[in-house]
Amino acid sequence: MMRPIMLKGHERSLTQVKFNREGDLLLSVAKDRVASVWYSSNGERLGTFIGHIGTIWSIDIDPESELVVTGSADFSAKLWNARTGECVHTWSLPSPVRRVEFNATGEKFLMVTDQVMKQLGSIEVYPVNRSGPQAEEPMLTITTREGFAKATVAGWSYGGLYIIAGHADGTISKYDAKTGEFLASTKPHTETVSDLQFSPDGTYFITSSRDKTAHILDVDGLQMLKTYETDAPMNSAAITPVKDFVILGGGQDAKDVTTTSSKQGKFEARFFHKVFQDEIGRVNGHFGPLNYIAVHPQGTSYASGGEDGYVRLHHFEKSYFDFLYDVERTAQATASTQTEVN
Amino acid sequence: MPSTVEEDINIDDIDFSDLESKYAVQESDNILANYVVVDGAPIAPEAKAEMLKKVLNKLFSTIGKVKDMHMPVADGKTKGFLFVEYFKPEFADAAVKQLNGKKLDVKHRLLVNKLSDIEKYAVEGHVTDEFQEPEIPPFKETGYLRSWLQDPTGRDQFTLQMNDVVGVYWNKARQPPEACVEPRAHWTSAFVKYSPKGSFLFSIHPQGVQAWGGPDYARMKRFAHPDVRLIDFSADGKFLVSLSPSPIVLPPEDSPARASCPFGPESEGHKLVIWDLATGLPARTFPLPPQLEKEKKMIWPLVKWSYDDKYCARIGPDALAVYETETFQLVDKKIIKIEGIMDFEWAPAGVYLANSKKNEPGEHLLTYWTPEINSNQTARVAVMQIPSKEVLRTVNLFQVSDCKLHWQDQGKFLCVKVDRHTKSKKTVFTNLEFFQLEEKGIPVEKLELKDVVVNFAWEPKGERFVVICTVDMPNVSAAVPRNVVAFYGPEIQKGKINPQKKWTEFKSFDKKRSNTILWSPKGRFVAVATVLGAQSSNSEIEFFDADYDGDKKDQDAKINVNANLKLVAQHEYAGLTDLAWDPSGRYLAAWSSAWRHKIENGYRLYDLAGHLLREDLIDNFKAFEWRPRPASLLTAADRKKVRKNLKEYSAQFDELDAMEADTALRELILLRRRLLKEWTSWRQTVVEKLAELGLDQKEETDNEEIIEEIKEEILEETEEVIE
Repeated sequence: MMRPIMLKGHERSLTQVKFNREGDLLLSVAKDRVASVWYSSNGERLGTFIGHIGTIWSIDIDPESELVVTGSADFSAKLWNARTGECVHTWSLPSPVRRVEFNATGEKFLMVTDQVMKQLGSIEVYPVNRSGPQAEEPMLTITTREGFAKATVAGWSYGGLYIIAGHADGTISKYDAKTGEFLASTKPHTETVSDLQFSPDGTYFITSSRDKTAHILDVDGLQMLKTYETDAPMNSAAITPVKDFVILGGGQDAKDVTTTSSKQGKFEARFFHKVFQDEIGRVNGHFGPLNYIAVHPQGTSYASGGEDGYVRLHHFEKSYFDFLYDVERTAQATASTQTEVN
Repeated sequence: MPSTVEEDINIDDIDFSDLESKYAVQESDNILANYVVVDGAPIAPEAKAEMLKKVLNKLFSTIGKVKDMHMPVADGKTKGFLFVEYFKPEFADAAVKQLNGKKLDVKHRLLVNKLSDIEKYAVEGHVTDEFQEPEIPPFKETGYLRSWLQDPTGRDQFTLQMNDVVGVYWNKARQPPEACVEPRAHWTSAFVKYSPKGSFLFSIHPQGVQAWGGPDYARMKRFAHPDVRLIDFSADGKFLVSLSPSPIVLPPEDSPARASCPFGPESEGHKLVIWDLATGLPARTFPLPPQLEKEKKMIWPLVKWSYDDKYCARIGPDALAVYETETFQLVDKKIIKIEGIMDFEWAPAGVYLANSKKNEPGEHLLTYWTPEINSNQTARVAVMQIPSKEVLRTVNLFQVSDCKLHWQDQGKFLCVKVDRHTKSKKTVFTNLEFFQLEEKGIPVEKLELKDVVVNFAWEPKGERFVVICTVDMPNVSAAVPRNVVAFYGPEIQKGKINPQKKWTEFKSFDKKRSNTILWSPKGRFVAVATVLGAQSSNSEIEFFDADYDGDKKDQDAKINVNANLKLVAQHEYAGLTDLAWDPSGRYLAAWSSAWRHKIENGYRLYDLAGHLLREDLIDNFKAFEWRPRPASLLTAADRKKVRKNLKEYSAQFDELDAMEADTALRELILLRRRLLKEWTSWRQTVVEKLAELGLDQKEETDNEEIIEEIKEEILEETEEVIE
């Protein structure tokens, strides 16, 4: 189906991979404390961001591809100049940073800080100053509410109106992105939410969990729209543009796998039909669990970051785009004939 | 006491008037019915009255014995009228029929009427003077006559006739056919037949023909033609032709049946009727030509029609009668004398001759042939234009045993199969004469074959044809298959087909028993079958694709013809008696009819690639008939568009087929459809909402900048094989 490009640049497990808005750049972070930038077309490494002294859990790039933010287990978050690779600012924090994400305009970013010792986890929003020094203090802090497990992942909804967070107990919560006011929560998963990625328009999102499932929920109602069931803990889930698919990645943890067979570990990217919820295909190749899946914003490729230390970049072939259920084909044909009639 | 009861009733009080009127002997009527009144007789002097009476008595006795004759005389002269009394009313009827208007001499014409009619019509008050509006029955809605064409999946209908039952079904390919209406017992006493465009189904009854139509196959019209045996339709479906061995007999004039009888006195004794399907009334009736009266195997059809029903023609002794159907009068009021005419055929479409205008309907042409006559005239094939009756082209032929006239369906070509014999008449062989009607001067190309062609068929809308020849093999057992199936097409010379075509064989198969050729109505695919009936188990069907695109041109094929022939499937069918393509050319029905034999009656359904889709063995199965379709209304541009989007369309049909195939799958597909619909409609509301909020993503393209990217070439690439 696809010919992968192996990005061999990290020495330890990947934690997150991400495309920039245009999709020409691919960013990756790993437990080896280095963040890398790659050309997505050919897998050539453009450069690295060096400075963290612990696992980098998360990375994001702003829409203009000027600034990069990283969150690390070294109790810090760093802002980088994407072109030069130099560190623009470092925020020292009371706990590790599990997730960072710019909003759609790149004016601010959120970070999810871990719960350590007495320190409650929180979601913090920092403004981004492009012309001067960065603010040390967050513009908004959403501390883990009482009765809630710590947040593991979070992201911006459409228009940057809401922040959606996934929690360690499987809960999904929703906050007003301006005021930080708690709006709603639901509990679609029974175990920790490992990933949360939005649709291109930010109106719905997919969550993956260690409970071996993934769900699509809508932002407005937090209604569970779709469910994808697998046979292994899931670390990541992404929604593909262009085609109505979702890609799930995960696998048994290394400690749970008795043999080294990659088959048994279920280290495969799983493609599901987004609407019909059934599995269409799998792509194997990783020797360990898939820790993160990112899809090219134009839907032309996807990248998976594995526990095995590799990033595999897959460009979709024509057959991928041609694949349609008869039902979809019919619907398209009807729609096209109708428009012709009109 | 009962006796007292009787006494109580005075017999005079009982009103018997109803019984009296009911059982009254209508003496006067009965007696009057035996009389005729004769006017217009000569006025003779009394002396000659007896003489006149004798003459008239003789005349009227030709009908039946005259009981009495009364000729009033006044002032020494007869009055010019007289009364004749017969013994029976039938004679009186016959006298009116046969003698009314009889010319006695130059000056005298007899007017014969029934006395009862005088009573009936001439007595004041018996017929009102006022015009009474005839009662027009209210218009009856027939339902849409072409409703079957609106089937959402474009299925075709067919009839199955078995035992005494006829059913109409939807073709569902592999699935059992779905009944359109409850199968009907005794729907017909012989067979059923669709009109050429499928609007009506006709059934045969002792009283005549009935037409059925509409979504429920309701009765539409009746055509009273007692003992009707054969029916046929005009080319464009405007007329029905029926033939009965019983001559038409009109009911007696005063019988109430007379009013409902569709025939006039001119039709008396006729056997062949042309009906106007729109009105349901006879348009013209003919007696059976005398030379056919003793024919055991009826030649049928007796009337042949021009492609648009504007003209029809029938063959007579040494003549051809061409009628124009507006009035059903002979063209130019004359039959066309053609000595020895054996057979004729109309062009099946308007023919565009070299000088025809392209934007007008094509010419009406017919072709006929005549045998050698008295060794001073050769056999001839001629092409005639109607209504001008101009012979456009004649070909003289020698040593002709028989001719068959094969028009290509668009009227572009005419192939005349000429069976010729050697001088000794021992061997027979075939020549094919091709008339190219669209070329200037109608060139005729001759193709001489060594063997006898037993069957010939043009590809519909094509230029290719198939022939089956029988190789003459003396001293070889008749059981040895000796037929050759050969495929012909116009030869390509220097990369193109010369406008003056030369047909050449591009493929042949020998040692066959095949005797039947059936092209798909859409061309390209052709079924060649061996229809032998019960006596042989060698019956088979072969499916050919003349434009096979699966692999390279067959090495054996002579490649100077636009074709790539492939035998795609071959099936044995022991009981095979008949074959028919469905109107779309997607399916071929083959059946074994109980009318021919009683072995393995039933039918089979194949697709165009020769895959057997269904087989149904039905005891006493008689006939299969596809419902024809009218010509498609799609324009050439529409067709092109459909062809372009064929993938999308076929996807729809694939899905429907899959649903039909498996109910579980059907449910899955329905579920998917619902899911997709829900998702699409949800997305719609979301997109609308985003647009309201001004968050739709289109605006982002405004500040997009184009960055020139220098792509570097990869010199070395390692490829990893994924297991």
